[in-house]
Amino acid sequence: MSVLIPSDRIGHIEGFGQSSGADGYVYRPTNLEQIQDCFELARKAGRKVVLRGAGRSYGDASILNEGVVLDITRMRQILSWDPRTGVIEAQAGATIEDIWRLTLEDGWWPPVVSGTMFPTLAGALAMNIHGKNNPQAGTIGEHVEEIDVLFPNGELRTLTNQDRLFYAVISGFGSLGAIVRVKLRMKKIQNGNLQVLPLRCANWDEQFAAFEKYVPIADYQVSWVDCFARGKGFGRGDFHAAWYAYDGQEHPLSLNANSQDLPDTILGFFPKSSVWRYLRWFNNRTGMRMINAAKHRSGFISEGRPFQQSLVAFSFLLDFVPDWRKSYLPGGFIQYQSFVPKERAPEVFAHQVELQQAAGLESFLGVLKRHRPDKFLLSHAVDGYSLALDFKITAGNKQRVFALAHKMNDLVLEAGGRFYLAKDSTLRPSDVEAYLGQDTLAEYRKLKSELDPGMLLTSSLAQRLDF
Amino acid sequence: MSSGSYRYAVVIGASTGIGAELVRQLAASGARVAAVARNRDRLEALVRENPEKILAYVHDVKCPAEVPELFQKITGELGGLDLFIYNAGVMPEIGANEYDFGKDSGIIDVNITGAVAWLDQAALRFDNVQHGTLVGIGSVAGDRGRQGTPVYNASKSFLASFMEALRNRLSKRGITVVTIKPGPVDTEMTAHMQFSHMMSAKDAARITLAKSHKSGEHYLKFTHKIAFWIIRNIPSPLFRKLKI
Repeated sequence: MSVLIPSDRIGHIEGFGQSSGADGYVYRPTNLEQIQDCFELARKAGRKVVLRGAGRSYGDASILNEGVVLDITRMRQILSWDPRTGVIEAQAGATIEDIWRLTLEDGWWPPVVSGTMFPTLAGALAMNIHGKNNPQAGTIGEHVEEIDVLFPNGELRTLTNQDRLFYAVISGFGSLGAIVRVKLRMKKIQNGNLQVLPLRCANWDEQFAAFEKYVPIADYQVSWVDCFARGKGFGRGDFHAAWYAYDGQEHPLSLNANSQDLPDTILGFFPKSSVWRYLRWFNNRTGMRMINAAKHRSGFISEGRPFQQSLVAFSFLLDFVPDWRKSYLPGGFIQYQSFVPKERAPEVFAHQVELQQAAGLESFLGVLKRHRPDKFLLSHAVDGYSLALDFKITAGNKQRVFALAHKMNDLVLEAGGRFYLAKDSTLRPSDVEAYLGQDTLAEYRKLKSELDPGMLLTSSLAQRLDF
Repeated sequence: MSSGSYRYAVVIGASTGIGAELVRQLAASGARVAAVARNRDRLEALVRENPEKILAYVHDVKCPAEVPELFQKITGELGGLDLFIYNAGVMPEIGANEYDFGKDSGIIDVNITGAVAWLDQAALRFDNVQHGTLVGIGSVAGDRGRQGTPVYNASKSFLASFMEALRNRLSKRGITVVTIKPGPVDTEMTAHMQFSHMMSAKDAARITLAKSHKSGEHYLKFTHKIAFWIIRNIPSPLFRKLKI
């Protein structure tokens, strides 16, 4: 007789894009023993375990049908903070927000952040997130001093960048062990504001030229791409470069966490909490074509004029409109992000957008970033560029969106590109084999069989991709 | 909408009649279906028809203590659950002057206690995950207390009332709760009865699945809807003089 899991543990969990979800038995442990208990319970009940942080992966990386969902968000204590060295130690369920709110006043900022402040450190490391400073700062894993990892084989190990395993657990999408403690080196800053330079780009050439010009001299860079534009405006968008303010002076007011808080209204009176409801009216091809065009045309107002923006406002653009993802309901959306070597990126991304336009499935948002390779086992990065795309999913278009994605995958693979599991919904096992290569997969599988001999840890993504 | 929108289904009382047809049609539409019934041989025959989609579980609904564990085992092996159908039911022949508690309690065990044991499990799960479709196969016989089969009528009346209560609890959480009230259907259960027109089990299952997407009580035929509206509204003193 197998063990019965309490029925009221079951819940529906979703990826951030809300287009994939699963029912699982949710546990939110508060200490190591409870994590071990979850592993044990799952074994006895004949179930698998999926690790979940804040659920910010867009697709199916933190969900699993009928599995035990080990949600680490209650393990979020800050264990130590040293403002002299800038090293912070926290339980891995602490979020990027927990970290910056504590350290900013002492003049320290997370060295790498995602476009939202809500991911946990565990999730950020499992996916090895990058930011808009990827070519300068690398991924978050490059700033980690040590991690504690609890493996399903019962071992609790402390790993540093001297351990080969460190490079597999970070980037290992939560499939090797549960990261439970993190020691992270923060970035010293004097000013809570960035100096931001906006530039309008009329086409793909100008976009890539802007990156090549500013990557060597800026601290951050990112560009928005209008995927609806054709003809002369094909590949147009707005590029932003940003710098930490190095004027040698402290700016204590800007380092106050409260000064960073995003306004709760738009234009001073419109409550942001309800914006997603109105966004729904525009969340269609016509509406998004208009918004993209209006955004580009209005770019002349700030064109070439540097301005100051808080670190929070610049970094966490996804948090600017609360609940914006609800405007994609009922079908949700997928994000598609591919990474292509710099020599081939202009051609591949242009081709991807052409395919979208031909299919009438333009991405509602396109974001271009520069990247550098790293040493992590399942790395997504290349010496090149990534283009992130948001596709609305409906009952009627799902098959066509996936068919489009598969065509785009082929272009990326042919150009020697890679993919990012935090964003993925559309890869097939053969795609993963192609971009990671046999040697990497063999090394991953060897580690997996040693650390998780019962194959306890998995996810809908891992099952889909035959990891 | 068609039955094709379900991915994981459970049918209790699946070896014959409407239940077996529900299993066949759900499996044919692409769903993975757990067929639960007493008769192993019949279940195995059903599995052989579509072994990739149909999973068999031998269980007697007169053993409600088995339900929590079996429910969890089934949902685990299916890989999820979005449609749960309680179809088990018995209607033994009852004589005009027969008041046999042994026989009657057997009806209560299957039609009421078994239904509550299973539907409670499914309702608890759907309440937590906030999606799913719950179907109870009742009967037009539950609309009035009739002379012929008192406990069977009362059991189907219980089921309709129980399903309505579940519907009132769960529909606000996005769960579809459906009571199906078939009239006479050509199955083993009605083999001892004589009706001029009986619906085939195949049609009954097809219409049941088609109607399963909308919360509420559904008759399988429009004529039943009209006829039973009239029957429900016949005053009791008059109804007791009628032989319907």
